[in-house]
Amino acid sequence: MNQQSDATQSKRMERPSTMSENQSVRPSSLAEVASKHTTREGGPRRLGTGLETKSVHAWFGKNHVLSDISLDFASGTVTALIGPSGCGKSTFIRTLNRMHEFIPGAAMAGEVLLDGKDVYAPGVDVTKIRLKVGMVFQKPNPFPSMTIGENVLSGLRLAQLKVDNKEDLIEECLKRAGLWNEVKDRLGEYGGSLSGGQQQRLCIARSLAVSPHVLLMDEPCSALDPGSTLKIEETIAELSETMTIVIVTHNMQQAARVSDYTAFFLADGGPGEMVEYGKTGDIFSNPKDQRTENYVTGRFG
Amino acid sequence: MRLMPAPQALVDAPNLPKPRVITTEPRLSDKVFRAVVTAGGLSSLIILGLIAFFLAYQGFEILVKEGFGFLTSSKWEVITNEGNEIVDYSFGIAAMLVGTMICALLAVVVAIPISIASALFMSFYAPTRLKNFLVASVDLMAAFPSILFGFWGFFVLMPHAEYWAMLINRYLGWIPLFAVDDKIFTRSPFLAGLVLAIMIIPITTSIAREVFDQTPLDRIQAAYALGATKWSMIKAVAIPYGRGGVVGGAMLGLGRAMGETVAVYTVLNIVYEINWQILFGAGGNVASLILLKFGEAQPLEVKALMAAGLILFLLTLLVNFVADFIVKKTGSKGR
Amino acid sequence: MTTLVQREPKKVPTPERPWRPSFAQRLSNFGVAIAAVLLTYILVLVTPMKGLLPTLIFSGIFAIVLGYLKGFFARGTMAGRNNAVGVFLSLGMVIALIPIVSILYAVVSNGYKGLHKGLLFQDMSLAVATDPIAQGGLKHAIVGTFIMVAVALAISLPLGILTAVYLTEIKGPLSKPIRFLVQAMSGVPSIVAGLFILSAVVYTVTKSYSGLMGSLALTILMIPTIARTSEEVLLLIPNDLREAGVALGGTQWRTVAMVVVPAARSGLVTAMILGIARVAGETAPILLLTGGADMTNYNPFSGPMGTLPFYIWKSFFFGSPEAVTRGWAGLLVLLILVLLLFFLARSLSTRKASR
Repeated sequence: MNQQSDATQSKRMERPSTMSENQSVRPSSLAEVASKHTTREGGPRRLGTGLETKSVHAWFGKNHVLSDISLDFASGTVTALIGPSGCGKSTFIRTLNRMHEFIPGAAMAGEVLLDGKDVYAPGVDVTKIRLKVGMVFQKPNPFPSMTIGENVLSGLRLAQLKVDNKEDLIEECLKRAGLWNEVKDRLGEYGGSLSGGQQQRLCIARSLAVSPHVLLMDEPCSALDPGSTLKIEETIAELSETMTIVIVTHNMQQAARVSDYTAFFLADGGPGEMVEYGKTGDIFSNPKDQRTENYVTGRFG
Repeated sequence: MRLMPAPQALVDAPNLPKPRVITTEPRLSDKVFRAVVTAGGLSSLIILGLIAFFLAYQGFEILVKEGFGFLTSSKWEVITNEGNEIVDYSFGIAAMLVGTMICALLAVVVAIPISIASALFMSFYAPTRLKNFLVASVDLMAAFPSILFGFWGFFVLMPHAEYWAMLINRYLGWIPLFAVDDKIFTRSPFLAGLVLAIMIIPITTSIAREVFDQTPLDRIQAAYALGATKWSMIKAVAIPYGRGGVVGGAMLGLGRAMGETVAVYTVLNIVYEINWQILFGAGGNVASLILLKFGEAQPLEVKALMAAGLILFLLTLLVNFVADFIVKKTGSKGR
Repeated sequence: MTTLVQREPKKVPTPERPWRPSFAQRLSNFGVAIAAVLLTYILVLVTPMKGLLPTLIFSGIFAIVLGYLKGFFARGTMAGRNNAVGVFLSLGMVIALIPIVSILYAVVSNGYKGLHKGLLFQDMSLAVATDPIAQGGLKHAIVGTFIMVAVALAISLPLGILTAVYLTEIKGPLSKPIRFLVQAMSGVPSIVAGLFILSAVVYTVTKSYSGLMGSLALTILMIPTIARTSEEVLLLIPNDLREAGVALGGTQWRTVAMVVVPAARSGLVTAMILGIARVAGETAPILLLTGGADMTNYNPFSGPMGTLPFYIWKSFFFGSPEAVTRGWAGLLVLLILVLLLFFLARSLSTRKASR
């Protein structure tokens, strides 16, 4: 396990650091990486903006997979969910935008409060929730039957939202996603003709077009090459100024680079639980729980 | 078994050993096996070829004499003199060709919306247990023999269809298609079209449902995550994906409807004239013509029937070919 | 340093599914259906439109409109449209199912009158279709159908399976054309198959009706079904099995014959059953090639044979009430046969799937 962290550290050293150019000392631990990232404290919470979960549980049939997750995602912050595979991180973020219920046999308990209101309350219009809480998936999935421009606008079309200036919106979303320069001349081409990283940024642009308050990202870079990963991490940094981002990642260095807060999930033979939560710097340099320390130092996972 | 030739890069690289070419001479038993299996596999080619050959061979005389008129004229007569020798003859299946197309197209027009609606319902709306039941029911109907549809259509559906034809004629009779010269609504192409529609619904529905079931899940999830309702998702993802398959299925249904014999024979009053008035009780299709005339046909007429059979065979072959082509072509784009 | 984690047994809440439609919602959906029917009833009372078609059409229209309104008032146009489409698609499904129900009902209600104890044991050699029901039966028809289908099966089963084996095991250069041809052959109309045998065999060689001729036409219809289903089944056999056979030193033919085909046994039986179901009710080739007899004919090589479809056909065309009842009874027997084959095929394939 130590070998692995050494190897990843050396890879990190070769990559240009985006957070600060003036360093002369090579960072040698996640804690130092995390310290390079300026943590946002987050916007006002009292007014009920942002996303909060209270004692969320999840089941697949009789299988209890997620237990008592209570998290508070302050608006304007980036929160990373880390943990070994199978501990329920993806299941958890799918409860946030009500995608969990599509799986046959799914059940849940607890509350997910968006701007103070439970998204699972009876009578809630689930499509409106999903407009406010967007999602980017692990495998890029642009619609192949639509052009690039149509893909960006697809969210609006699906929700039948009117927009005054389509071209401006397309340009703005693609710029925010960091894709504009590469595709501005070929908006009429079909979505399938882009590379993996470009497709993923197209998916991000598509999610942005409906102006979500929260953007959920389920391992968005795990299927991409390091160059695209970097571009997307830059995008995340810019996006987090105007919205709340929750990102599930297997890559601890990525969590250290981009997130303000980190939550560590673990499933110890039973349902997944959240072991520890705190500022990213604290989690990586001074974890309180032994299990967290074992994970971030690479002893397992 | 022979190894594929090595990639050029490997071959050009210096100092690499050349890959060995491995050949395995198949044993005698395997050679025999392959020959037998290949012969069996070729049986379909042989049979189809023989069908085309024999029908053409028998119908040759008629086709040569009539030429293109076989398809365009609507006469079916053998002129004999007093000694009962054949003096002249004239055969043309235009009326039946038109009838075939009318009945088959009517069937497709009625069946396709129902099929697509049912397939979408089964794929996206029905809970699993209900879906299994529905799929089984539709498959069951696909197994019913056509004679069953024929007589059910005659005894059970015809009274209703007669009434509906009368209604359509009363309110929409200003459209030439729905006008009638005589208010006889029994045994009309309309009824035949309805019966054919019911016969092809199982086929087209199954194919459409299988295609919709294969809609990639990640696209469906992407649509929902963007705030789509079920219908928006179907419009944006499922229908573009399934378009080719549904059209292919429709064409297969069309082919089936074109070749149907006994069901049409039972519910349609076969009259040897082109009839565009689908509500009026007269019509026919090539298949039922063959059945009708066969019983009392003289050898010359039989040859004409063979020629008609050849035309039908080629037509259904063409439709199947186009169906295949459409499914393959729309498979690449939009998927 | 290890830490013992003290885990207090947490109280696990009950799993819920808040996204399922609540009881109130289900009730209001039901209410929509009732309201649609009521409105139609009123409409039918008031206007001169009567009968099945207007009732169905207007119930449908009302249901769609009401569904739209329900969604619209709850959540806006999107929900309204979504609801309306949902109602529309369910109606399409219902319409597709109506004929099945109607056919089953018609055959059973009309056919059971023709059932009597001797139905399966008497033939029509001593009776005429217009005689009272209890005289004469359809033994000859059933026997004839069985024999003809058996003969057809004897030819088409090997050919169909060999075709499938070619496509899946040998995968030779002719695979694409052969697959296309099998598909094309499944589109050949049954009457064309009958005409072909007529012109190729009857007119040139035998010049007479017989069961064998009809069977030959039936094989043309059976081969594609058997080949396609067998191919699907053989493709499901994992390649590991084939590799294991070859690794043990088996030749290709031994591997296929002793490993692959036995593994696919139940699937191939399913293919056979589907092939039988496909042709058991075929009428057109029989009318052209086999004719029909009133006596039971056990010899497929000479003379016309009675078959179920022909018996049904002839009975109906006699026209008298007794004859028509006989026809329905014949349809009932045919339907039962098809149902048996269908459920047999399904139970075989589900048992295989669960294995």
